[in-house]
Amino acid sequence: MRKVYMDHTAGRPVDRRVLRAMTPYFRGFYGNPSSLHSFARETRKGLKRARAQIADLIHAERSEEVFFTSCATESNNWAIRGVAARNEKRGKHIITTGIEHMSVTNVCKLLMKEGFKVSFLPVDEYGKVELDALEKELTDETILVSVMYANGEIGTIEPIKEISEVVHDSKAYLHVDATAAMGQLEIDVKKDDVDLLTLSSNDMYGPKGVGALYIKRGTRLEPLIVGGGQESGMRSGTENLPNIVGMGRAAELARAEMKAESRRLSRLRDRFIVGILENIPHSFLNGHQTERLPNNVALRFSFIEGESMLLNLDIVGVAASSGSACTAKTLEPSHVLRAIGLKHEEAHGSLLFTLGRQNTDDDVDYVVNLLPNIVKRLRAMSPLTPSELRENV
Amino acid sequence: MYSEKVMEHFRNPRNVGEIPNPDGVGTVGNPVCGDMMTIYIKVKDNRIRDIKFKTFGCGAAVATSSMITELAKGKTLEDALKITRKDVADSLGGLPPVKMHCSNLAADALHEAVNDYRKRQEGGQKR
Repeated sequence: MRKVYMDHTAGRPVDRRVLRAMTPYFRGFYGNPSSLHSFARETRKGLKRARAQIADLIHAERSEEVFFTSCATESNNWAIRGVAARNEKRGKHIITTGIEHMSVTNVCKLLMKEGFKVSFLPVDEYGKVELDALEKELTDETILVSVMYANGEIGTIEPIKEISEVVHDSKAYLHVDATAAMGQLEIDVKKDDVDLLTLSSNDMYGPKGVGALYIKRGTRLEPLIVGGGQESGMRSGTENLPNIVGMGRAAELARAEMKAESRRLSRLRDRFIVGILENIPHSFLNGHQTERLPNNVALRFSFIEGESMLLNLDIVGVAASSGSACTAKTLEPSHVLRAIGLKHEEAHGSLLFTLGRQNTDDDVDYVVNLLPNIVKRLRAMSPLTPSELRENV
Repeated sequence: MYSEKVMEHFRNPRNVGEIPNPDGVGTVGNPVCGDMMTIYIKVKDNRIRDIKFKTFGCGAAVATSSMITELAKGKTLEDALKITRKDVADSLGGLPPVKMHCSNLAADALHEAVNDYRKRQEGGQKR
């Protein structure tokens, strides 16, 4: 049976060239980079190179502004907790949005229990942050604004530059979670004037289990993990060299190849979206039509439920994802889909395809040909399908 | 995450559809929660002669609907009312814990359909 993987936001294979770069650091170069002897030289070199490769990708002024972590979740936790801990005397107000990843949302909720005030900005029907609302929420007490670069669930890209201009009219720092944008969008921390940026590795075909936080020089925050003082005392713990070297190589490859690949994916994405919306009645696109991640196809179908679509797709070899209640660990539909104004029953009918390197035109055709029948079959089974549509299914 | 039996019923659901002029209808759940099902029954000599379902929901919702139609077909109304949610889940080789509450509604829908039939009998509304 044909296998089509379209769940790249959930997990990606490691690029062969990345794996090749990592391999020597498992057995050959194992010295602790903090040591004085000759065994540490190569690992120290690898660490330095990886830092520079990542700084290059995001156009950081200095590579010393890149700090390695264990994953993007840790980076988000650190950025928010670190700024809160260091700046609470200046103010106890944080602003974020209703569509952030849970590693941002849940840290903010914990801080609320510790006496911080957190404002969750509304977004429009496409998931874009409303700048007016941001302006209104900013006060002298605001120490941090955290907004994602792009949303992996609905694909919408946020106007980071405009947000940054508004934020920096105040004394607050701007943290941007760039996880979903990694390897797809050109990120420039200088042009966008970002103070803290969360980076992930697997989203650009690097290994899982490593991430990074860009911290603009002069940004005041406390470390989250303390110990031996690695990463200039900001993130202790012996460096995970194979993963760090892999993330660095992945960043280097992304920098060289991202533009062409994003153009290719955008074309596949648009063919996919048009193919579905034209062939399936009562189908919709979630998120913004043009300001959208190149690999993101977020669809919604009335009268049927996401998990039953996913299971049917799995039966024919297609791997996708859904923000629907039944697949999640909680029973609530995704907070992102609710934040863009979808009703519960609309959110339940959502289906997310995230494309990647191995996907071809043939893959898109395969899914575009199969999905109408799956939808038809489930609608025939659904008590919600209106009778006039049932005649046509 | 689902048992083979659940997937088998999901792939080939039994007794999907509506019964024209049913003797009893039971609808439970709510599209807001992500699961909703309707059971139609035809009754003769106090036994369920025909049963069909329509379901909006996840894999477990479809499989439990399909399973209940198999369990109930041919049973007396009294026996049909004795079928529990647990019976349905057990017959499917178990359900993931998160699905036990929200998606395992088929027994409730069957009971509603039987009660609806009885109400119609009392009201003399048998069609």
